[in-house]
Amino acid sequence: MSGRIFLLGDDIDTDQLAPGQYMKGGLEMLAAHCLESARPEFAGTVKPGDVIVAGKNFGMGSSREQAAEALKHLGVAGVVARSFAGIFYRNALNLGLPVLVAENVDGVSDGDAVVLDPVAGELRLTDKSQTVRLEPLPDNLKQMLADGGLVPHLKKRFAKEREREAGA
Amino acid sequence: MMASTLAQKIIARSAGLDSVRPGDVVTARVDLAMIHDSGGPRRVEPILQDLGVGLFDASKVVLISDHFVPGDTDEGARILELTRLWAKERKVAFHDGEGICHVVLPERGHLKPGMLVVGGDSHSPTGGAFGAYMFGIGATEMAGVLATGEIWLKVPGTILIEWQGRLSPGVIAKDIMLALCGRLGMDGGQYQAVEYTGEAIAALSMQERMTLSNMAAELGGQVGLIAPDATTEAYLESVGGSAGDWHGLETDPGAELAAHHVFDAAALEPQVAAPHSPANAMAVSHAPDTQFDVAYIGACTGAKYEDLKGAAAILRGRKLAPGIALRVAPASMRDQQRAADEGIMAVFEDAGAQILPNACGICAGYGNDRLGEDVTCISSTARNFQGRMGAASSKVWLASPLTVAASAITGRIADPREFLRDGEGTV
Repeated sequence: MSGRIFLLGDDIDTDQLAPGQYMKGGLEMLAAHCLESARPEFAGTVKPGDVIVAGKNFGMGSSREQAAEALKHLGVAGVVARSFAGIFYRNALNLGLPVLVAENVDGVSDGDAVVLDPVAGELRLTDKSQTVRLEPLPDNLKQMLADGGLVPHLKKRFAKEREREAGA
Repeated sequence: MMASTLAQKIIARSAGLDSVRPGDVVTARVDLAMIHDSGGPRRVEPILQDLGVGLFDASKVVLISDHFVPGDTDEGARILELTRLWAKERKVAFHDGEGICHVVLPERGHLKPGMLVVGGDSHSPTGGAFGAYMFGIGATEMAGVLATGEIWLKVPGTILIEWQGRLSPGVIAKDIMLALCGRLGMDGGQYQAVEYTGEAIAALSMQERMTLSNMAAELGGQVGLIAPDATTEAYLESVGGSAGDWHGLETDPGAELAAHHVFDAAALEPQVAAPHSPANAMAVSHAPDTQFDVAYIGACTGAKYEDLKGAAAILRGRKLAPGIALRVAPASMRDQQRAADEGIMAVFEDAGAQILPNACGICAGYGNDRLGEDVTCISSTARNFQGRMGAASSKVWLASPLTVAASAITGRIADPREFLRDGEGTV
């Protein structure tokens, strides 16, 4: 699926992605305010297939996974950043949202047409005929992401365990 | 046996391996899982139901309500009710309205050196002060832990942070952390194991050490470890817990480190961090003259018993600057009780402070006391991201509870050392 790039800076924190004052509301409400302090138009204009490209330490701050969930809910295809805060990184993959590290995002501009291919580890800028190489995920995370996140991954595991028990 | 770091030792034991190396991906058994009312039952129960499984071991789960306490909105009250019902149904240890999870967990004797612990909150590295490998995870991952008792880990390298010498009077653990955020940045921890060591660290009390470990989160570390010692053991025994056999739970000489930073504790001045990042740290003496509307002493980072005691020592017998509002939210009920018994709470009350519930409150942007439009606040909390504690136009300066108290007296950034009396230099 193709989309457009939203280019953001360093240190995008979880209070910007999922503001605390909306935490008691549902996901719909949180997503509507996602990134409003950095990009007020974001929640209203983002479309399925769009990709966030950011600087270092994306997702720093809270452990609230609504930060990743809000992006997924809005249809964001994935986040590419120079580095991620550890808890956000784990949360995103657990929810099946691709997050990939790129050492260098030179030449990437806001609004570029893009296709994110997490399996191949590529961010393809389709109008520019340019491809950004992304660091490959470790095998355990690649498998979990392929399963669609932690919950479907565990369901698969439990089903296998039950089969084995039934067979034993 | 190869020389190992404290982090490697705990992870290897939890993974059932003789040794592990940085970069190894392992599956570890979890000794304890802590959850709170925000990321806990309301988020994990639907996932457990979807998976069709129960808790891996109810005796290894601790639930603490602190985010939506005191339930002053319909939605918050509903979440607390759901939390209470879940505790009963799932038969887990439950601390309801007793304070902020990171302070309640150790003060109720749940932590022990060498444990591998997950917490459903980003300040979970606080448990590292007790020599436990404790780190924060999100709700889906927590549901996975509650279902399986396991979690995957990429074995981290260790960033050893050594503070030589002793802190001078009026300078405390919070100042160390703000200085480190300034020096190393909010990604300086690189999701590795931060470990604090050195004479200045060894001299600190447990609550001061907790402040260091707590703010490993702001350094971007996965954990903030401190090797257990006699101070750890004495604290755990005093709360009815046990340190177990902690000898050898330390980083071996010669263990491979990712980095080793050395600082001079005696040279450190009180610090403040300008809006909107803890990394905007500077010595109080270099801070621009700034006037405050609100002074806030709160959070797991900055309103424990010793934080309250240090702030009260500065406030005692003095008046607040005209127009400034002082708000105090003691981190736990037990700490507040002790502070009341010792006349510390009376100092805040005499000064005209508003005392808030033992909960996350303003720090997490919850409750009715959130900062209003254009309010400038000096706060003993850990994070001053734009809009976190209230309106996007509000500005938060971070400081130690001592510096917050001194600034509440002058109404502007003040050096707490100018307010010290004999024998009140350290907390």
